Amino acid sequence: MWSLAKITNSIHEALNNQFSAGWALFFEMLMAGIAVISLFAILGLVLVLMERKVSAWMQIRLGPNRVGPKGILQSFADTLKLLVKEGLTPGGADKFLFNFAPVLAIIVAMLLMAPIAFAKDFQLWNLNIGMLYVSAISSVSVISILMAGWASNNKYSLMGAMRSGAQIVSYELSAGLAILSVVVLTGSLSLKDIILSQQNGWWIFKGHLPVLIAFVLFMIAVTAETNRAPFDLAEAESELTAGFHTEYSGMKFALFFLAEYVNVFIVCCIGATLFLGGWMPFHIGNWQQFNHIMDYIPSSIWFMGKTFFLIFLIMWFRWTFPRLRIDQLLTLEWKYLLPIGMINLLVVAAMAIGGWHF
Amino acid sequence: MFEEIGTTTDGDLIINVGPQHPATHGVLHLVITLNGETIRKVEPHLGYIHRSIEKMCESLTYRQFIYVTSRMDYLSSHINNHACAMCVEKGLQIEVPERAKVIRILLDELTRIASHELWWGAMAMDLGAFTPFFHAFRERESINDIMEETCGARLTMNFIVPGGLMADIHPNFQKRVKDFIRLYKSKFEEYNEMVTGNVIFRNRMEGVGYLSKEDAISFGCTGPTARGSGVSCDVRKWFPYEGYEKITFDEIIETGGDSLARYMVRVREMNQSIRIIEQLIDAIPEGEYQAKTKAVLKLPKGEFYSRVETARGEFGVYIVSEGGTTPYRIKFRSPGFSNLSALDQMARGSKLGDLVAMMGTLDLVIPDIDR
Repeated sequence: MWSLAKITNSIHEALNNQFSAGWALFFEMLMAGIAVISLFAILGLVLVLMERKVSAWMQIRLGPNRVGPKGILQSFADTLKLLVKEGLTPGGADKFLFNFAPVLAIIVAMLLMAPIAFAKDFQLWNLNIGMLYVSAISSVSVISILMAGWASNNKYSLMGAMRSGAQIVSYELSAGLAILSVVVLTGSLSLKDIILSQQNGWWIFKGHLPVLIAFVLFMIAVTAETNRAPFDLAEAESELTAGFHTEYSGMKFALFFLAEYVNVFIVCCIGATLFLGGWMPFHIGNWQQFNHIMDYIPSSIWFMGKTFFLIFLIMWFRWTFPRLRIDQLLTLEWKYLLPIGMINLLVVAAMAIGGWHF
Repeated sequence: MFEEIGTTTDGDLIINVGPQHPATHGVLHLVITLNGETIRKVEPHLGYIHRSIEKMCESLTYRQFIYVTSRMDYLSSHINNHACAMCVEKGLQIEVPERAKVIRILLDELTRIASHELWWGAMAMDLGAFTPFFHAFRERESINDIMEETCGARLTMNFIVPGGLMADIHPNFQKRVKDFIRLYKSKFEEYNEMVTGNVIFRNRMEGVGYLSKEDAISFGCTGPTARGSGVSCDVRKWFPYEGYEKITFDEIIETGGDSLARYMVRVREMNQSIRIIEQLIDAIPEGEYQAKTKAVLKLPKGEFYSRVETARGEFGVYIVSEGGTTPYRIKFRSPGFSNLSALDQMARGSKLGDLVAMMGTLDLVIPDIDR
C-alpha cells in the first residue's frame, strides 16, 4: 500500500547521506516547522472561507463570490487587507502584554499541532502522553485571552476576558473527562495507540452508549473551550462589542482570529482521533469487498473528512443557536455536564474492566 | 479621580454602551453601572440624532409636514403618515372615501408585519443568533416589494395625504399581498421552530426584565410593551379609526410581564395583522382614492389630536392651529420614548447579557425617541 512514510524515509536518507546526523536532524525539524506553519496559514484561509460559505448557505445568501472563481480567493484578499492595516496600540495599554497576547495565542495553537496524526505514519511527534500534552497546552490559551483583556485597558475587553477565564477553566473539566473515557478504554495516552486500537471499529460504534455520551459532552465542551457560539461570551458581539479583542486591529487581530479557527480545527482533530477512529477507514464487520474499497481511500482523506465533518457541526451550532448567559453557561457545566461526565467515566471504566465493549 | 478610572466610590464599574454599539440599533447611549455582571442602574442619554422635527413642522404647510414624519419611526413610516393625515382631516372635516380607508388599513397592517419581522430578526441577533435575521428579511423583502410597487418607496412611504391617498394601488397589489400571505403562513412554523421553541432562547427570555402592570401604566408604556404586562391599550380597539371597529381581530395581551411575554405579543400580533389583511384584501370597495380638497389647506383655529397604533405603541399627533397655512405648534407623542423610560426599572438586578435582550423586546427605534 502506498504510504506517506516512503516519502519521509527517502528525505531522511537523503539528508543523512548529505550531512552529519546533527545537521540532518536540524534540517528535518526545520522542514517540519515550515510544514506546520504553512498548514496553519492554509487552514486559516480555508476555514474562514468555509465558515462564510456555510453561514451563507444557512442564511439563504450567496456568501463571498467576487474574488476569484466562486469567491475562493476572498480569504487572500482579506489577509492582504489585514496585513496592510495599521496595528494600533491604545495609549493606556500595557504595551508588552498587549502585543504579546496574540503571539501567545498563535504559539499555543501551533504547539497543539505537534502530536496530531494527520494520516497513517504521518505524525510530527509520537508522544507517549499525547492526550495529556494536548489537554495541558490547550489550557494555556486562556492566558493569552486574559492577557489581551487585561492589557487592553478597556472595560469591554476586561469583562470578555473574565468571562472567558471562568468559561474555559470550567469546560476544560468536561472535555478532560470525555477524553479520559476513551483513554480508559484504550489504556494509552498516545494518539497513535488510540487510533490503532480502533482498527476493528471506531470507539463511537463499539463503545455503546457511554462513549456516545462522552462524544456529545466532548463536542459541547470543546465548543465552549474554543469560544464559539453559542458559548461565545468572551466575544459576545451584541453585549461587549468584540470582547477581549475589542482594541486589536490589523494583523494582531488576525492572529487571534487565526488562532480561533486553528483551535477549532485542532479540537476537531482530537475528536476525530478519539471517537471516529482518526485515519482509520470505515469498515463493516467481515464484509471483505466493502472494507477493501474503503481501504483504497487514502488515510489522510479519511482523517480530513472526519475532521471537517466535526468542524461543520461546530459551525452549524454557531449559526443556529442563540448565546447563553454567563450564569446559565456555568450552571450548564457545573450542574449538568460535569456530574454526567463523572458518572459516565465510572461506567466506561467498569466497561473497560469487564471488557463489555466490542 | 474616579471619572478617570470609570468606577464609582462603591467599586461599581461604569460602562458606556453606545452611542456606537452593536446592541443599541442606532445612536442610543446608555450609561450602565455594573457590579460585576449585575446591573445596578441604567441611564439612557438621548439627543444624538435630534433633528427638531417638531420645530421644522411649524414652518411647513399641512401637506408638507407629513413627509417629515416618515423620518421619525422609519419602520412605521406609513402609520405615522396616517396619524398626521387623520389629524388634518379632523381639523378640516374631510370625509375620506371608503376605498382610501380600506387601503390605508391594509398598508398599515403590512407595515406592522414588516416592522415586527425586522424586530424579530434583530431580537434573535441581540441574543447571538444571526440566522433568523436573514430569514425574517426574506419575508420583509416581499412586503417592501409590494410597497415599492404601490407607493414608489420601500421605507419612507409618504403615500397617505390629507383626504386619502397619493395615488391608487397598483393593479398587482391584491395578487401580491395574497402571495405574501401564503409565503408568510408557510414560514411561520419555521420561525417558531428556529427561535420561539429554542430552549436556550426560552431560558434567556423567561423571567427576565420583569415589568409589572402598575409600572407599565405609570411609565406610560404602550403597544406590545404594555400588552406584555397585561395592560389593554390597543388604540385600534379603544379608539377605533378608519373602520377598525368593523374588523374582527383580537387584541393580544400576555400577562407574564417578562421579556418572553413581550416577545410573544409581537409574534402573535403578526398573525392578527394577517387576519385583518385577509378580511380586507378581497373587499376593497370601488370608488375614489382621494377626496376633493382645496389646494391650500388651512386648519381652523383650535387644537386637534389624533392617535394611531403603530408597531411600537400609541403614536399621537397634537396640532395647535392659529388658522394659518402652517401649524402654530406640533407635538408628537412617540411610543419609543415612554417605553425606553421603563428600561431602568426592568434591568436593575439582572445580568449585562439580559439588558440586550430587554432592549430587544422594547423594539426601540432611536429616531422615534430623538425626534
